[in-house]
Amino acid sequence: MIPVSSRSRLVVVSLLLIALSGCATTNGTYRDRSNDPWEGFNRSMFSFNEGLDRALIKPVAKGYEAVVPTPINTMITNFFNNIGDLMVAVNNLLQGKVKDSASDLGRVALNSTLGIAGLIDVATGMTLEKHNEDFGQTFARWGFGEGPFVVLPFFGPSTVRDTFGLAADLPTDPVSWVSPDVVRFSAAGVRLIDTRADLFSAEKIAEAGAIDRYSYLRGAYLQRRQYLIYDGRPPRDKEEY
Amino acid sequence: MKKLLALLLVFFLATPVLAVEELTPEMQVKKITDAVLEIVRNDTELQKNGNTGPATQLIDERVLQPHFNFLHMTKLGLGREWRKASPAQQDALVKEFKTLLVNTYSNALTIYKDPTVNFKTSRYKATDTDVMIRTQVLQTGIAPVDIDYNVEKLGNEWKVYDVVVAGVSLVTNYRQFFSQEVRKGGIEGAIKSLQAKNQTQGKK
Repeated sequence: MIPVSSRSRLVVVSLLLIALSGCATTNGTYRDRSNDPWEGFNRSMFSFNEGLDRALIKPVAKGYEAVVPTPINTMITNFFNNIGDLMVAVNNLLQGKVKDSASDLGRVALNSTLGIAGLIDVATGMTLEKHNEDFGQTFARWGFGEGPFVVLPFFGPSTVRDTFGLAADLPTDPVSWVSPDVVRFSAAGVRLIDTRADLFSAEKIAEAGAIDRYSYLRGAYLQRRQYLIYDGRPPRDKEEY
Repeated sequence: MKKLLALLLVFFLATPVLAVEELTPEMQVKKITDAVLEIVRNDTELQKNGNTGPATQLIDERVLQPHFNFLHMTKLGLGREWRKASPAQQDALVKEFKTLLVNTYSNALTIYKDPTVNFKTSRYKATDTDVMIRTQVLQTGIAPVDIDYNVEKLGNEWKVYDVVVAGVSLVTNYRQFFSQEVRKGGIEGAIKSLQAKNQTQGKK
């Protein structure tokens, strides 16, 4: 299934895994104790990303949302979700969740055919639920520690573990295999804008809730990742005060 | 005979009363989401002008006041800082944190114009007094969002003490922030930052 040209990528992934095992030390709860030793750097990266978003990505996404009718918008989201499901299946398999992985492949098969190249998500209606998996979650399942929180330029909030995850996600992303550069970059661009447009509702909640945006989004990112790693059932923090 | 009739009467009168009290946590959360959805759907200010003000007030009065445990929420939100506050400061914290939560929760639900709420399977035993009820909010054109409610049984009633949107707790997400605020300006500093936030939010 994996093209020969990406064998070198697998080597890179393996090397990353070896490097990652070296930093699997930090563990424990993030909620009270700050695991953000690079807060100064992170805050400036956060401002940089927000500036970029405000100046460029958000306005384009707003325009996209205004121009593209809702059904088309949904189809575009579905199309990229369908492509994404391929690596979701791989990650579920790597985490030993064989049933989920098979269900993901079923989704790709159904949505690519009956769902007209993924434009319509027919699988969800047939109780094949969409999953959310990536290499960051897989590494977490394998026992690698989270490491400190870090804000990456362009890519946004992450942790050391998720940064290694991202390094594995990027080359295994099917969109990155598309051969003419123009098509690849356009596809990545449309996906970015579509994803950003889908974030407007989350942004509204954060605006209402955040007293300090950086701190709020850091907490939200870390809690969200924990939720995804445990597939919606993270261990409850039973501490009472 | 009279005694028997009286007994029967008491029995029949008592049954419906008991039935009302025996709400499952799922039914309680369903009552809450139904009430919120009805407010959202019927609020003309929200539907036509996107003004969340009146809907937020209604949601607060009719749904959150009676069914949310704001004291518990504030304790959870403050984490270990809670015990450092004097009783007067604790009162102030509950008051301000409540306003913040009402705004955030309402904002999360007034994004939708015509939502439906699906109840996912929640695992709990009949004897449990602290359970998580899992829901998913759906609307065409918006990706489904998971909203989980943590509810606890107080007397005969189930009260919500945490709301988790897409895996992010609207309550515990403030812990780290409060720790930092208290380190900088004590409990008073934390109260002031809450007040400042609530004032800017109120102006919108």
